[in-house]
Amino acid sequence: MFLCGRDINFSYSKEPILTDFSFSIEEAMIAAIIGPNGSGKTTLLKIINGILFPANGSLLINGVDSRRWPRKELAKTVAIVPQENFSIFPFYAEEIVLMGRFPHLKNHQFEGKKDYRIAHEAMEKTATLAFASRRYDQLSAGERQRVLIARALAQEPKILLLDESTVFLDLQHQMRFLSLLRQLNKEQNLTIIFVTHDINLAAAHADRIILLYCGKNYAIGSPAEVITAENIKKVYDVNVLVDENPQTRLPRMTLLT
Amino acid sequence: MLQISALLLALFLVLGVVSLVTGSVSIGWKKVLLSLADGLTGGHSLSAQEELIIFSVRLPRIIFAGVVGASLALGGVVFQALLRNPLADPYVLGISGGSALGAIIGILIGAGAFYLGVPLLAFLGALATVFLVFAVSGGKGSILRDNSLLLSGVVINAFFSAAILFFLSIVNSLELHSITFWLMGDLARASLRETGTATVCLVFGFIVLYSQAGKLNLLVQGDETARQLGVNVEKTRQRILIATSLITAVAVALAGIIGFVGIMVPHMMRLLFGSDHRLLLPAASLFGASFLVAADTVARVVLAPAELPVGVITALCGAPYFIFLLKKKGN
Repeated sequence: MFLCGRDINFSYSKEPILTDFSFSIEEAMIAAIIGPNGSGKTTLLKIINGILFPANGSLLINGVDSRRWPRKELAKTVAIVPQENFSIFPFYAEEIVLMGRFPHLKNHQFEGKKDYRIAHEAMEKTATLAFASRRYDQLSAGERQRVLIARALAQEPKILLLDESTVFLDLQHQMRFLSLLRQLNKEQNLTIIFVTHDINLAAAHADRIILLYCGKNYAIGSPAEVITAENIKKVYDVNVLVDENPQTRLPRMTLLT
Repeated sequence: MLQISALLLALFLVLGVVSLVTGSVSIGWKKVLLSLADGLTGGHSLSAQEELIIFSVRLPRIIFAGVVGASLALGGVVFQALLRNPLADPYVLGISGGSALGAIIGILIGAGAFYLGVPLLAFLGALATVFLVFAVSGGKGSILRDNSLLLSGVVINAFFSAAILFFLSIVNSLELHSITFWLMGDLARASLRETGTATVCLVFGFIVLYSQAGKLNLLVQGDETARQLGVNVEKTRQRILIATSLITAVAVALAGIIGFVGIMVPHMMRLLFGSDHRLLLPAASLFGASFLVAADTVARVVLAPAELPVGVITALCGAPYFIFLLKKKGN
């Protein structure tokens, strides 16, 4: 599964969010999208997810325009972990995860043993099985986030999109989650695209970084190519020191105050 | 799921028999059960008068109450899910008001002389309201915004109330009586044919809705979530809306305005069984049926031999329950 955006233009009203944005992400790649607030990161994820469609230009998933993908097929291919999922009605954590099985069910079919097994595996991986029978709306923000990660895993996608999915996680769960992503990436060739504000996290885990600035792709490339003091200064208007992490040899950013 | 549905069905049947026994003319348990057995075997162990009361008066009314109760509760569950608002129901959205206005116009122009004349106008009033409410709140594109829908329902409802009051102040006393009874909800006038019509609509609507129940669970999570999990949101919502409008419009058109069933029953069912609509739809339908049969039985006997409109009973139960809920949420 490879992704390719060609001259994507998008706007909600008059203000353009993305202008002539092109990129490509190959199969089994881990890519990070970074950029200041309002630079179009979440919009880009929604376009990749087929929730929004480009006004001009196109997004190709495996060479096929996202408009031409049937909904359920797309849901079996691309999954997203949103920032938050708010429901006013009480659902149990397990029910939320099982919803990830919906694209795999035939019309009017109930979840079978296999679906429960896959959902429970996803919950085990995200350490959420312990509160399967608790109500989703009564969990903490970090626990809810892990439930949403489990739901996305239950979709068994080829491409996983993460919208700041580590912000509410504590250190231990962050580490577990990141190593889980690495493992899925290696063993199942899962393509992972994550949006984050943590530039060091992006540098440490991404093969490719897309730096968005005012709806344009300001820089795209390996962490060493994109994370430079110059780029960060231009896009975020802050002074930083970029050196090399002595252990990983990857760029490391420190804020200068 | 099957067990819970079976349990609620049993509750409905038991309440049905209790309701058959109760009434201003006392007919004992044994006789009622005997008569039901007769109905199956074709025997005659009751007097003609008792048979008339059971089979021509009480039984049709119980069935009608059940169908209307199920329709209102089902409509409530679905509207609440569709609008993601636990306070939405046919009454709040103005559908009942539109239906009432249609019925009143029907009564005034003498449509009562034709079979299904008044209910037909009430039905058209209800459907017109659904489209009006959605047109007002829809805005550009087909994306329905939840809160604006509820708000436009409230506004349109207020307008209808004013129109109804206007008509009430200009009609003569005979028409006034039949209008008032209609406005308070009345299960006494139902004929077998009307009951049949309502039953067919309920069964048809329920099948359509149940086939969408899994998608309804995802829709409740928000349009984007539903879409990303593979639901065709617009198409699903349209189907659900049409089926629900049909069910509720028919129920309101035939039985008049019966408030609070559409809010109270779904809420109780969610509290007991959770939010999975594949369970919630049958549970709310069955419990709604039981609830209205019970309420109607009370309405029949509390001032016997006179009768109260059933809407009075549901409102008397519903309003305190509602306040209790609000208080509980406040804490």
